[in-house]
Amino acid sequence: MSAGSPGALDVGRRRVIVGIRGWSLIIGLRSAVIGVLVAVGILVLALLALALGDFPLTVAEVVGVVTGRLDGLPRIVVLEWRLPRAAAAILFGAALAVAGAIFQTVTRNPLASPDIIGLANGSFTGMLVALLLLGGSWPLLTAGSLIGGLAAAVVIYLLAYRGGLHGFRFIVVGIGVSAMLASVNTWLLLRAELETALFASAWGAGTLNSVTAVTAVPAGLCILLLLLLVPLVAPGVRQLDLGDDAASATGVAVGRARLAAIALAVCLVSVVTAVAGPIAFVALAAPQITRRLTRSPGIPFVPTALVGGALLLGSDLIAQHVVPLTVPVGVVTVVLGGGYLVWLLIHESRRRA
Amino acid sequence: MSSPTDPDYSPLRAEGLGVRYDKRSVIDDLDIRVPPGSFTVIIGPNACGKSTLLRALAGLLPAATGSVLLDGRDIASFSAKDTARRLGLLPQGAVSPEGITVAELVARGRYAHQRLLRQWSPADESAVTEALRLTDVADLATRPVDELSGGQRQRVWIAMVLAQQTPLILLDEPTTYLDIAHQIEVLNLLHELNGQGRTIVAVLHDLNHAARYASHVIAVQNGRIVAQGPPGTTITADLVAEVFGLPNIVISDPLTGTPLVVPADTRLAHPVGRAEP
Repeated sequence: MSAGSPGALDVGRRRVIVGIRGWSLIIGLRSAVIGVLVAVGILVLALLALALGDFPLTVAEVVGVVTGRLDGLPRIVVLEWRLPRAAAAILFGAALAVAGAIFQTVTRNPLASPDIIGLANGSFTGMLVALLLLGGSWPLLTAGSLIGGLAAAVVIYLLAYRGGLHGFRFIVVGIGVSAMLASVNTWLLLRAELETALFASAWGAGTLNSVTAVTAVPAGLCILLLLLLVPLVAPGVRQLDLGDDAASATGVAVGRARLAAIALAVCLVSVVTAVAGPIAFVALAAPQITRRLTRSPGIPFVPTALVGGALLLGSDLIAQHVVPLTVPVGVVTVVLGGGYLVWLLIHESRRRA
Repeated sequence: MSSPTDPDYSPLRAEGLGVRYDKRSVIDDLDIRVPPGSFTVIIGPNACGKSTLLRALAGLLPAATGSVLLDGRDIASFSAKDTARRLGLLPQGAVSPEGITVAELVARGRYAHQRLLRQWSPADESAVTEALRLTDVADLATRPVDELSGGQRQRVWIAMVLAQQTPLILLDEPTTYLDIAHQIEVLNLLHELNGQGRTIVAVLHDLNHAARYASHVIAVQNGRIVAQGPPGTTITADLVAEVFGLPNIVISDPLTGTPLVVPADTRLAHPVGRAEP
């Protein structure tokens, strides 16, 4: 190939340029392979999630139900009991991971994640207010946590904004707001009836126990819609890796690109939190795990979404079937994510030393 | 609107430009005309507003008063991508993402020419290849940027700006943190690029480099312009004393005949030599 024909230039990374009629997409080979492997992993985990439980099924039976060859009770168990939860785990995990990738990229800080900067606590506050003061039907609780998360995001954004948004200030302000909201939440829980407080606490740990088709379908559709918007902001967000001035000089409207990306991430997190509570650490860990697996500069969004899905689905399987009593999935992600965070901090400090 | 045939035409001008940071005025009522095809160098002491001026000229900072005119039109009226197709900027403090290779970083300069569903075109490929060749980093194309030396890295960043294919290139202290040999290497590269028809505007710290390489010098002090013109008549002992507060003499560069600033040595009985009492 002559110089000038796309694909001839060696960038030091194997990649495929798919081009049809003036359209072209760059696909990194390593990212693609990782993506396919993780997708296969999700499929295996999903089969397990559909087979395991109080009414155990074989994988062959699950496949039979999915392909429509098997009917009756197994069909109800798989499609109506277990599928909504498994699908929710995958989509919620993907949503959290992509939101984390956006936060970490726009702040250029691997510690930035919606649970650390207070969105989760904001959602919890909103949910508690709806539960304790307004009675708490599901739509009310959902609306409460959505509004709580969005309000926390707006407050953090306004407090951190000084003629521009600086990643570090955003995180520090977020941690402060998060701490204040956490004490508000404790105070609200202490005022509540025991039974209400127990229910709220389980939700507050992040759980898929109460997910049914009624909540999973609308939330899942919202997430799919939001994920489809991610490619619109992704190129600009990726350019922010170069620093604000360089991104701006190469043609990114930095302020607008960052605001749009953060808004999208906040919506993704809020939808998940409204249904499943604040599930910790997926948003923090998935992007960094993906970046290390794919060795790509910056965080690639598609593999990150897949890793997030696999992470949450796997954690939910552990929460349901490995731990002797059923625990909220948030507890498992905290344990896995906490271990990961310790490793990350040690790794980063060693590298800098 | 002025056209390129107009003798007063300038691809980049500032008219009555004022810029503020947190309500504090950094630049006030400043007029600049970058001559087309020139190698313009902005000089001045630390914190005099030269970086601010460059960022305002690139459209990164909004004008509080007056305006910056790019190709005769207010730069604020261009979209970010439109500006980036006309004017390239190498800012200070650009960050190379961890693990990115040289060719990938240079390709980031193509952002303004790309679209969501057109991520890599033959034009992108040839612009990146050409930029790598011009800056002499084609051999490094597949290497991670983290592994390069300071001088190589600076050439890669310049390549990224070149890949943007703009007739105007602005650089904020492109030689800072480089040793003297690499400083000269970067300046020679800029001279070469200027010779190929690009208009260059750079902030430089070293007055002697400015004197040697610039075709047009702008001296800035406290956010206002003290002098501008060709270095031979602009960089004088009086100007340097006024702008930097440094007693000095200016002699002729033995190699190029351009002004050469020699700081006075206040430890001597005659700090600026015997010729001047």
